[in-house]
This record gives sequence, structure tokens and C-alpha cells, in this order.
Amino acid sequence: MTGNEYTDIVKRHTSPNGRVLSILEEIQRKYRHLPEEALRAAAEELNLPLSQLYGVATFYTSFSLQPRGEHIIGVCHGTVCHVKGAARVTAELEKKLGVSEGGTTGDGKFTLESVKCLGCCSLAPVVSIDGSVHARVKPETVDELIKSAIPGGAPGD
Amino acid sequence: MTEGGIKHRVESGRDLQALEKKGLELLYPGRPRIAVAMASCGRAAGSGRIYESIGDELERRGLDASLVPAGCPGLCSREPLVTVLEPGKARIYYSGVQPADAGPLVSALAGGEVYQKRALGAEVEDRLVVTGRQIDLGPPPGNLGLLADLDFYRPQVRLATRNCGCINPFSIHEYAARGGYRALAEALAGDPSGIIAEIKKSGLRGRGGAGFPTGLKWEITAGSGHDEKYIICNGDEGDPGAYMDRSILEGDPHSVLEGMIIGAYCMGARHGIIYVRAEYPLAIKTVGHAIAQARELGLLGENILNSGLSFDVEVVMGAGAFVCGEETALIASIEGHPGEPRPRPPYPARQGLWGKPTCINNVETLANIPLIAGRGGDWYAGLGTAGSRGTKVFALVGKVKNSGLVEVPMGTTIGDIVLGAGGGPDGGRKLKAVQTGGPSGGCIPASLVDLPVDYESLTGAGTIMGSGGMVVMDESVCMVDMARYFMTFAAGESCGKCTPCREGTAEILDILDRITQGGGRPEDLDTLDELSRVVKDASLCGLGQTATNPVLSTLRYFRSEYEAHIKDKHCPAGVCRNLTVYRINPELCIGCGLCAEECPGGAILGRDDQPRVISQESCTRCGACYRICPQEAIFFTGRGMPGA
Amino acid sequence: MPEMIINGLAVNFRSGETVLQAALAGGIHIPALCHHPGLGHFGSCRLCLVEILAGGRPGLAASCSLPASEDLVVETGTERVVRARRVVLGLLLARCPDAKPLLELAENLGAVKFTPRPGDPGCILCGRCVRACRAVGANVIGFAWRGRDRRVAVPFDQPPADCLGCRACEQVCPVNVIKVVEDRGRIRIFPWQSEIEMAYCRNCGAAIGPGVQAGRLQKRFPVEGPLSGLCPACRRRFQAALAGGLVIQPT
Repeated sequence: MTGNEYTDIVKRHTSPNGRVLSILEEIQRKYRHLPEEALRAAAEELNLPLSQLYGVATFYTSFSLQPRGEHIIGVCHGTVCHVKGAARVTAELEKKLGVSEGGTTGDGKFTLESVKCLGCCSLAPVVSIDGSVHARVKPETVDELIKSAIPGGAPGD
Repeated sequence: MTEGGIKHRVESGRDLQALEKKGLELLYPGRPRIAVAMASCGRAAGSGRIYESIGDELERRGLDASLVPAGCPGLCSREPLVTVLEPGKARIYYSGVQPADAGPLVSALAGGEVYQKRALGAEVEDRLVVTGRQIDLGPPPGNLGLLADLDFYRPQVRLATRNCGCINPFSIHEYAARGGYRALAEALAGDPSGIIAEIKKSGLRGRGGAGFPTGLKWEITAGSGHDEKYIICNGDEGDPGAYMDRSILEGDPHSVLEGMIIGAYCMGARHGIIYVRAEYPLAIKTVGHAIAQARELGLLGENILNSGLSFDVEVVMGAGAFVCGEETALIASIEGHPGEPRPRPPYPARQGLWGKPTCINNVETLANIPLIAGRGGDWYAGLGTAGSRGTKVFALVGKVKNSGLVEVPMGTTIGDIVLGAGGGPDGGRKLKAVQTGGPSGGCIPASLVDLPVDYESLTGAGTIMGSGGMVVMDESVCMVDMARYFMTFAAGESCGKCTPCREGTAEILDILDRITQGGGRPEDLDTLDELSRVVKDASLCGLGQTATNPVLSTLRYFRSEYEAHIKDKHCPAGVCRNLTVYRINPELCIGCGLCAEECPGGAILGRDDQPRVISQESCTRCGACYRICPQEAIFFTGRGMPGA
Repeated sequence: MPEMIINGLAVNFRSGETVLQAALAGGIHIPALCHHPGLGHFGSCRLCLVEILAGGRPGLAASCSLPASEDLVVETGTERVVRARRVVLGLLLARCPDAKPLLELAENLGAVKFTPRPGDPGCILCGRCVRACRAVGANVIGFAWRGRDRRVAVPFDQPPADCLGCRACEQVCPVNVIKVVEDRGRIRIFPWQSEIEMAYCRNCGAAIGPGVQAGRLQKRFPVEGPLSGLCPACRRRFQAALAGGLVIQPT
């Protein structure tokens, strides 16, 4: 992770529209968080104040200043998922993973998040694992779900 | 999933016809066509595996058929959905398809039969709404009803969602075969002000929530003299419980692009941006593909259709902030700032992105544009009510039997949607309320089922149209908990710039938290009412100005439920755990022990066929026993109620 | 000059002015916290609310960002305005229970009582310091996080290397939570923890200003040779002496 790598990312995004967001999104994807040096390098390269990038980095929920886990488990807390028991799904996952919502397991493998509506309301409650959405999730079977969605990724392994 | 074919630029009406001809060959090939609904909802239900299984099965049998992905036909609760079209026959819809169905389905197809086990309904004709043309498919099979006769589809008029579930969203040819880009070609041959006049005549209002007249917005932007202008498609659909924009972007992206290009021509914009929220990766991918296709064919770029119009579109992905659905926050976000709204005026139509005139339209709004441009404002205005013309797509979700996207003429009643298309609450429960407009809307009680859905009626009832979320709630939903849920959302999504929204929503949330946990005080209701009114009155942007509608509407229609929580420490729906005490009626209990097996806390005591007892010390009040008891012997009561 | 109606009185305004500016010029007092005449409008505190009766969308609007216009009729003391103002002030007080300027305002205008739940020490998030730093400073502070977590911050909570020490933030803060401490040739600005070495005149030893700013000036408008590093007074004196043919030995 050298300053140059960050600068290269910045240089790849040329359209002024949404430039800051797309640069930070790529850094977040690649490094699973926004390292301080990355924001400093990007601010320098973009000739923008660091305070602006820091504001953006802390405002949007896609970004994190702390490293997120290898796998992101996002429990949808849209309205329908809420009335259909999303809280129970989250509670079960918290128990299984041993972290609270928003936390990352000690081995850096999983991050448990609450996500805003994924737009799959007719199949609630839904859980997104590394971007793919799983329908009608039951608290009793979250274990199975993680195992099947992440090869070799049973919690606690 | 991409397609080859015509590579040269589309420059004339004749080129467009060639595009259309190729599309018709794809839509109605001389062999069976199998389409699997593969929007995000379908994929979540497992359609990816269905697609693969059917492919494998076709190969195994050496059956010559075309297999394509499609968008969502709307009935998401019955997904995975598959359609099969054989030449000269009606199109068959299959629902709830499992990988194991692939074999029997393909073998039925090989024998020219309908696979009865999963058959949902038949379609005997395709209507191309853009042109009014009708294509007859063939007679329906004797033992299968028409899809259009299903409760879910009967009241529907699908305009904005006209192609969703029907075409392969990765095929510009199939879009053209449904009349796509024809309205654009006609528009480019005419006068921009004429099209704006048609849109004004159509009465189309913004489908994103505020309901501002689209034609007027276009006129103002067109009149803002500047050499550089922007048109932005707002796909930051953040309302939990609404997903029509996702469905359109994933199922029919070219309808949105065509709407934007027509807009660019009318307003003199050279740059277009589609802003899609990060939670919609498939929509981003589908739209990106559509843009590349349109660019390749010259429908985007320089000198579109030889008209002199130059216009291009790019996608910007959001990064997780509901407030970015607000116009000025959306602009701030694209410019690389936190999504903080700024006071209006100046309105974006005069001073928007990078200080240039900018027109921001919602996805569904733009998908309607080609229809209005193609068939005229009067035609569109023929549907709906005096103040709310045309149709609206609703996400009919929650505790309802048929759930999915329904598009109905404005003015259809809540009852026709929820009880008619939706088939009422699932499991024979009683309808309690319908929540519209997401976190900016309110809860309408079941007594108002005859309320027509149009902008004014909904506002009058204390809620809003919003982007079209319609969450059905039965007796098992607690209205105070709902208000608390929406305030959690609002407080978490408030950007924090203005005092009432930042501090007010947090204060309201604290009070609601307290009430749902049994600490409610008599004066809380007055405080909630006053705070909610001030947050609505005094906030800077639309988020704050509507954030307390869920509280105000539940206070208005469900006050007694708040009072039960506060005075009796009782949650009538049994949702608020701290208030709920579960008991077993020994007269009804048959000692089956199912409750004890289900109880996660081991709180149910007793053995053999003796009536069980709940240990209140160990009970976590999760309600699992209550839900499983076959005798309905388990009941709950309020903590502060006699006998608790 | 065009006129609008505030509290039943005709008030003159210049084109481009806001209702708040017109009111103040016309001698009508409207309380405001985030507004600062030198910083453009922002509309965050919502204390300057007025009720539009005609000539605009009826309802409450922040007068600091409402353009004055000829057919506009507003009131500054309707029941609706008063109620909203008392709630807004109450919410700010719950956040900053000890802020003197707020307590004074509450005494005059009244405030609804809410349970105190202090935010970032004493800050009402009016954003004046952020805007001042953007306008005249080096843009080192900004808003971070959102909702109730929102606060004015320096990136990564580390002393900002680029702070000019111009003290604009301190000067515009309406609740005086930004403090500057001068100590042995340095100034320290809290809560940013900026530390700026002062520059002194090579000749007389008087403070010229923050070192960073002096350095910036030197870069932008270089002063060469014997005149560099001097305070303006010494420089002028030396300039005159040089013109008279003297050779100066800096002390």
C-alpha cells in the first residue's frame, strides 16, 4: 500500500461527476477501509482539502475508517424486514459470530452490519452476504446460510 | 448476456426498424423462448440456479430453445418466476420454480405440454403500449386461466413497468421491438417546446415523492439560459419498502435512457447522470450495460439520429445516505461533498450541479416520458384523477398475501390495491393499517380502505404518495413500534445540518424508546405532538419536513395504542417485549410440549400431558411459544394490566 | 427601492438581499445564530424562522436564506413562529446546557425544556467556524459524521498541519467554544489542537503573526535580501534608509 497505489486509483477516475465518491469506493473495496494515508494521498492528488474528504469518508455508510471483515453480512432492516423479524435475525447472528451489530470478528473474517432496504421486500427478511441477497431468512438457519454462502466460512471456524 | 448483431450506428428511422426487426426475432423466435426473472428479487429467491438448471436440461435433451434473463414481472412473492413462449401458443407463466422443476418443465416443453405443477397463468397477447400495437400469441391452454385474470394483475395498467419481466434487459433490440426509441426518433424530428407542451398536458408529476409537475420543471430548466446544463436521473431510491426504481433500472433500463435523451433534447442538456444507490449493484450493472449499448449504436454521443443533438450519460454510485434522494444533497454528493441539503431557492433548475441549470427526475418519471412523447399528453391524462394523472407503481409489501410491484391508475382505492390485488393480509388476519410513503409517509387505518390513492387524498389523510411504498400491516404489528422504527431511520439518516431534524428526531426517538420499554409518561404524547409539528415546520429540507409524519399519523389514528403503552404498560400487538407477559391458559393447554421445545430460554415448565407454566424469570418474551401453540392456549397481556 | 412587508410594515430591500438582511436594515430584530454577515447564508440553526403569509409558499422559512421579494409578506412573531423558536432553542439548550448566549436568548424568547444530553462540548454546530476557515483560513476544519454524531472536526482528530493560526474560527464562534492560548512564542487553538509558532521581527522582536501565515505571504509576495523577516514598521523604516544609501547591518 504505497502512496503511489492510491494516486493511481485517483488518476483512473477522470469524470468530475461523482469523482470523490467513486475514488473512495474503489479504495474501500480494495483495502476494506479508507486508510488515513489513502485520504491524504487522494486529497493531495485531487487538490482538495483533507477536511472535505474526511467529511465524506465519515458521512456515508459505505465507507469505514476501520478495516471491515473479509466477508460482509448485512441484515436488511427495511420496513418489511423489520416487521418480519429482522431484529431476531440480527440477534442470532450476533450470538453466532460473537460480535455486535457493526462489529468485525476478531479474526477479521466477518463484519455484521445492518443495511438499509435492499428492495427485496416481498421476500423478507433478507440478508446480503458479500453482495448477494438471500431470501426468507430464518434465525434458526443463519448458520447454514453462512456456510452455504461462504465456502469454508462457518462462523467460529 | 450481451448480444452481437447490428454494430453500425443507428442514424435514421430505417436503422431503427432494423433494430426493431432483430428484436422481434429475439422476442418471438421460431423456437421456444424461456425467460427467467432475474432481477435482484428473483436472484434472491434463487433464479440464478434455475437459469443454470434449465440451461443444463435444454442441453441434455438437445432441445433448441432460447434461454434469456428478464426483469421482474411484479409478483415477487411467487418468485422464482419463469415464462415459456412457444410459437403460435400463449405465453405460460410459472411461479415458485425450483431447480428440481427444470427437468419436468423442459420435458413438458419438449412434448408441447404445459408443466401444470408450477403453472400460474397464460398470456394470449402482447400489447405494445408505446405504439398501441397488439401482437397475438395464440390460444390459451384449456386448463389454465389468464394471467390478466389473477387478482394481482386484474387492476393493473402497466405503463412505467411495461417491459419489466418481458424483455431481456441486456438487449437494446428487444427494447426497440417493444416500440423503444421510436418516441425519441419522432421527438428529434419535432420542436422541443411541443414535447414539453405534451408533458405539461399529460399532467405527469414527479414520481419520487414531492409530485412536482414534470412538464413545468422541464420548461423552467429549458428556459434557464446557459450553454451547459445537466439532466440527472435520481435512482437513489432509499425509502425502505419501495423498490420500483430498482425494478425498472434492472428490467428496462433503456426506457429511462430514452426518457433522459428526450429530456436532453427538450432542455438543451449535454450531460446526463444516473445516480444509483450503492445497495443496488445489479441496477448499476444493467444500466451501465444499456449505456454502453446505446453509445455503441449512436443513440448516445455526438449527433444522435442525425439530429445535431449531442448527449451522453454516466452512472454515479451513491455511498449510503438516504438524504441524497433530496435534490440539493444529491448534487452535493455528485460534487464530492457530504450529502447535505442547502436552502432552496436557488432551485437546481436554475442553479444546480456545478452551478449550472439541472433537471432532476426520478426513474419512474423518466420511464413514462417515451410513452407521453409517443402517444401524446391527452392519452396519458386519460388515466388517473384530475390532480393526479396516469398510473403509479406501488410496492405492495408487508403482511399481504400477494406481494410485489403493482402499477395502477391514480385514484385506485387502497382497498382495491391491498385487498384486491394483494388478496388481503396473509393467514386470514385482520388488516390494521397501510403505511405509504416510507419514512416520510404515514399509517392509514383500515377504516380508510376506500381512500383513493392520489397526491391530494393521501396528503389529506396525513401521509404522502412518496415513492410508492405500501406496507400492509395486520394486527400483529405495533403502531408505536412502527413509529419508533421510522424515527430510528430518520435520526440515523438525518445529515445533522439543521437543529430540528438533528436534535428533534433524536429527542422523539428517545421518548418512543422509553414508551415501548414501559417508561412512558402521560405528558409524553403532548411533547411528541409538539416536537413532531415543529420538526415538520422548521426543518431545512424534505427529509426533516416529513420525518415525523409516521409519528403524527399514528398519534392521529392509533392514539389509544400509545395510551395502552403508557397507562397500562400494555402492547396490544405483543411486539414490545418489555411490556408483554405471556401466560398459558391451563384450561386450553393439552400438554403437547411444543412450546417447551420452541422456547429458546427453557422458560416453560411442566411435563407429560400436564398443562405447562411459563417461568416469568426465565421468559425473554420472544413470543415463540405464542406463535407455535396449536391450541391457542398461550396468550399475552400487558405488564401493567390486572392479572399480569 | 423595492419593498416587502414585515410585521405589517413596509421594509425596503436591495436586490439580492435576504429577508433577514432587510429586517435588520429596517430595524426589525430577528434572532439568529448560524447567520454571519460575512459568511453567506447557511440555514442550519433555524432560529431566524419567520412565517410567510403571502408571496411565497405559506409556512415557516428561515429568513437568513429567504430571498426578499416585492410581493412577500412575513411575520416574525406569530404563534407558529414562537412555538417553533422555543422548541429549537430548547433543543439547542439540551445540547449545550451551559452556553451563555443560549441562556440569554432563552430568557428573552422562552425555551421548551428537554432532558439535557450534551453533545460535543458546548458546540451548537452552526458551522460559522467551518465557513470562516473555508473563506479566510486553510480549510482545515470541517463537518464530520452525521446526525447526532455530527461535529466540527479536524481530520483524524490530529493537529492540523496547515492551520494558519488566523483565528477566524475563534472570532466568529457565537458560543465562544473555540479558545486560543498564547504561550512562549506559540499560539494553540482548541479544540483543534493547532499549534502555530509565531514569527517575530528580526530587528525589533515584535510579533509579526503566525509563522505559517508569514511563510505563506513570503511565498506569494517574496521580500528579498535585507528586508526579509522584518515587521512592516521596521521594513518601511529600512526601505527609507536604503533609499538614502545606507548599508544596513541586521542586528
